[in-house]
Amino acid sequence: MPEIDVAPSKQRRLLWRTAEVKEIIEETPRVRSLVLAVPDWPGHLPGQRIDVRLTADDGYQAQRSYSIASAPEAPQLMLTVERIQDGEISPYLTAEVRPGDRFGLRGPIGGFFAWTSAVGGPLFLIAGGSGIVPLMAMLRHRAAAKSTIPALLLYSSRTFEDIIYREELDQFAARDRELEVVHTLTRTQPVGWSGGARRIDRDMLADFGFGAKLHPKIFVCGPTRLVETVALSLLELGHERGLIKTERFGPTG
Amino acid sequence: MSEPPISRGFHGRKKPEGPTNRVPPGQHLVSDFPVLSAGPTPQTKLEVWSFTLEAGGKLLKEWSWAEFEALPQTKIKTDIHCVTTWSKLGTNWQGVTIDDLLAACGLSEPPAPYVLAECDGGYTTNLPVEDLIEGKAMIATRYEGQPLEPEHGGPARLLVPHLYFWKSAKWVRGIQFREGDEPGFWEALGYHIYGDPWREQRYAGD
Repeated sequence: MPEIDVAPSKQRRLLWRTAEVKEIIEETPRVRSLVLAVPDWPGHLPGQRIDVRLTADDGYQAQRSYSIASAPEAPQLMLTVERIQDGEISPYLTAEVRPGDRFGLRGPIGGFFAWTSAVGGPLFLIAGGSGIVPLMAMLRHRAAAKSTIPALLLYSSRTFEDIIYREELDQFAARDRELEVVHTLTRTQPVGWSGGARRIDRDMLADFGFGAKLHPKIFVCGPTRLVETVALSLLELGHERGLIKTERFGPTG
Repeated sequence: MSEPPISRGFHGRKKPEGPTNRVPPGQHLVSDFPVLSAGPTPQTKLEVWSFTLEAGGKLLKEWSWAEFEALPQTKIKTDIHCVTTWSKLGTNWQGVTIDDLLAACGLSEPPAPYVLAECDGGYTTNLPVEDLIEGKAMIATRYEGQPLEPEHGGPARLLVPHLYFWKSAKWVRGIQFREGDEPGFWEALGYHIYGDPWREQRYAGD
């Protein structure tokens, strides 16, 4: 049985609430964060998701799941959404939407892919692209809780411009001796780039990651191919299956 | 929330996505086959793979891979619906129906009203037995004519296509018949105990 570190939330019915967009943050050319006001939000664990439901004026509805980007300690809920070509909802959330707009939201969902400082560490996070979002909620929580649990983020992006939350991650790492952030860029690297320059592989996990003897709590989130490669490599490196939690990003257009 | 808020500027897809009477509420169609699972993909070798049926803690039958492959094969073409809102129409599967497994044990009817399916990696899911019999479910070993890939649940996954797809447990290794309906892995984490996509039973209480 996989280890369940975080007690599942009570089996209460998840109500649809009305979220109002308060602020929009352009993260990268294809990624936006939305800061939301959600009345009576019940709180969440870092790593959990919500469902968004849009309603057109003719009553047509569409819904998708998105990871929560904000820490539970943050005053308002934040989602970070990547624009998917031919998507139905992400183009709206990344281009059309503006402050004051409203949509349906319910959650939090999922208590397995979740971490709090009470779970302990070390905390080993591996992200590909917008897979950083639920892991960022964990790092933001760790910072807000002033946790000194050793943490390491290995983060793969296509290009320097595609790195989501780059400045905030830099700030976290600069002021926190127990946090290390390692970037790798798979397509192009800027002149003088000192980080990785290929996809995350077993050697990279061995060179930069926590060793299996430390029994790190591992969270992997990204496209299926990355998650499959990383999870298998971690097993080969001796990490325990029950400590490796994964979330694979399908198309959430 | 009584009336859903209108999202200014949202118009949705103008063209219909497909045969809408086959797409449950809140779902959208995809053409690829997304993968979702909670941990590393198990890589169970066929030499050590086995499948068991149990009732009341007693083993009814155990099959090796070769023995399982020799059971009557059934093909099914069906639509599948993931709780994360994607649906995929007209997927082709092959495997052994639960009816044929029961028959291979010499049973004319199921020994208990509920089951818990058990999988490599520790994943479980619970189902009423009536959702598994009379051709409604199988242990699938082929997808689109090819051996089922590990990331999609191979070598064998439960296929219960009329329920949300998490009920079609990947890497299935056995079925326990039980007197009571006890929540499986996702069901204990807030997902619906039954999971009917047409009634949009995504989460507990829906």
